[in-house]
Amino acid sequence: MTQRPFLGWLVSPAVLLALGLAAAMAAILQYSVRAYVPGSLDVGGLTFENFTTLLRPFYLWAFWNTILLCLMTATFTLILAYPVAYALVRVNNKALKSFILIASITPLFLGEVVRTYSWMIVLGNNGFINSVLMSLGIIDSPLQMMFTTSGVVAALVHVTMPIMVIMLTAGLSHIDRNYEKAAESLGAGPIRCFMTVTLPLSMPGVVAGFSTAFAWTFSAFATPQLIGGGKVNTVSTLVYQLGFASFNFPFAASLSFAGLVMTFAVLALMKRAMRPIERLGEQ
Amino acid sequence: MSSFPMRKHPLKLVGILLVTVILGFVMLPAVVVTITAFNDKAILAFPPQSYSLRWFARSLAYDDFRKGFWNGLIVTAWASTLALAIGTGFALALHRYSFSLKSTLEGLLLSPLVIPHFTIGLGLLILSAQLTVGRGFPLVILAHVILVLPFVLRSVFISLQNLDGRLEMAASSLGASPGRVLFTVTLPLLVPGLVSGWLFAAILSFNEFTATLFVSNQAAQTLPVAMYNYVREYADPTLAALSVIYIVVTALLLTLANLFFGLGKILNVDAH
Repeated sequence: MTQRPFLGWLVSPAVLLALGLAAAMAAILQYSVRAYVPGSLDVGGLTFENFTTLLRPFYLWAFWNTILLCLMTATFTLILAYPVAYALVRVNNKALKSFILIASITPLFLGEVVRTYSWMIVLGNNGFINSVLMSLGIIDSPLQMMFTTSGVVAALVHVTMPIMVIMLTAGLSHIDRNYEKAAESLGAGPIRCFMTVTLPLSMPGVVAGFSTAFAWTFSAFATPQLIGGGKVNTVSTLVYQLGFASFNFPFAASLSFAGLVMTFAVLALMKRAMRPIERLGEQ
Repeated sequence: MSSFPMRKHPLKLVGILLVTVILGFVMLPAVVVTITAFNDKAILAFPPQSYSLRWFARSLAYDDFRKGFWNGLIVTAWASTLALAIGTGFALALHRYSFSLKSTLEGLLLSPLVIPHFTIGLGLLILSAQLTVGRGFPLVILAHVILVLPFVLRSVFISLQNLDGRLEMAASSLGASPGRVLFTVTLPLLVPGLVSGWLFAAILSFNEFTATLFVSNQAAQTLPVAMYNYVREYADPTLAALSVIYIVVTALLLTLANLFFGLGKILNVDAH
């Protein structure tokens, strides 16, 4: 059976697309080592200056800030998404199950702009939270939530919730219920059964969800840009500002390239760190 | 809810309460944006003093939104259809054959799942500048195909795995040529996976923002880009009204998809 009918037809469009993507990534790499010519869209000669500029405290700080933002978002998302995924797998009522699924998945399909805008109304000085708290007499003057890291994190958690729920549910639904029944029949209480059986078995889903949430947060632009309002600098907002406000595409390219390397490094590191945890779930 | 056993464990009640609160957090922005959309005043204040439908009228009449909507439909139709064709072919090849550089190609095509969208946008922008083709529809469509392909690939590949290979074998043992087997057995059996893959790609493409911001120009501006530009310039509830339309249409589409295909199956979250 060495015959492979239509192999060329099936694969060549995909090869072309992959080449396009590779060429775009190569273009970033090439621009990142070129000099910036102020006032011109053309680039100058070969230089490593872009990368030495990246080592300035401002940019190092932005990188650190971005990683922290991603880790916080992924952690909070995990904590909030786990109970929902658990309910989704364990609820027997069909209508209730559909409701939970639609309610938790719909935000995924709304796009970053709609969701970010909604959060601006929730968090703003005249927004929902401040109005409610002020009319209840809990606070006198509005809490500043727009243009703060906590505001950005709240909105980002909302953005990454659906994908985390999907991945955790996939992980939880593959668990054989007999393991839990066995633990219970041997006398383990519900908490012990969850901590020693269900949670370890769901670890592959947790790892997949956490890494995806991290990568998505790193990719987010509208949320830190609009809710951060220039006060919360992330790699994505800086790349945009460098490209479209100062037209310094070489430096924007080097920043993107560094960001890409960092994403892959963090994801690889996470995978390594979580390998023992993940192995728990494979047994 | 009657399916819960009569004797409820206190932990179960805590769990129900917890999930309710979390779902409240998930739905809060949609609820707030809906109330805001009916606000009569032009300032974003909560709760509104008086109500009207004028922001809905304005959002439907606003030129940039109308143009963005049609541009978005053009881009989405092209991108999701191209991604479906490319992704289906590649999923078939992945499923059936081994060939050189198979895993490299697969890794490369799945990489947009972790490559930040702004990086892909910037890369394509620089590439187009080097090739002097400029920004516009072709570039936006290319960006979208790259970004949605992983989702189509996943959806089609899952349906291929669930497909009964004996049906194809039966057809070819009865003398059908490989082409005939593909078009009369394999592809018809894949239709649910193809439809859900296309739908998924279309919704994601229609909503894609960051990469589109980098590669679109005024003529090829899609709806999310138009909305982003609006929110930076104005602070009236027009966008809230548009968001409500968005939320209602999306929830309806999802409910329909759930009725016809079973969302759980599409997203692969159902217990088998």
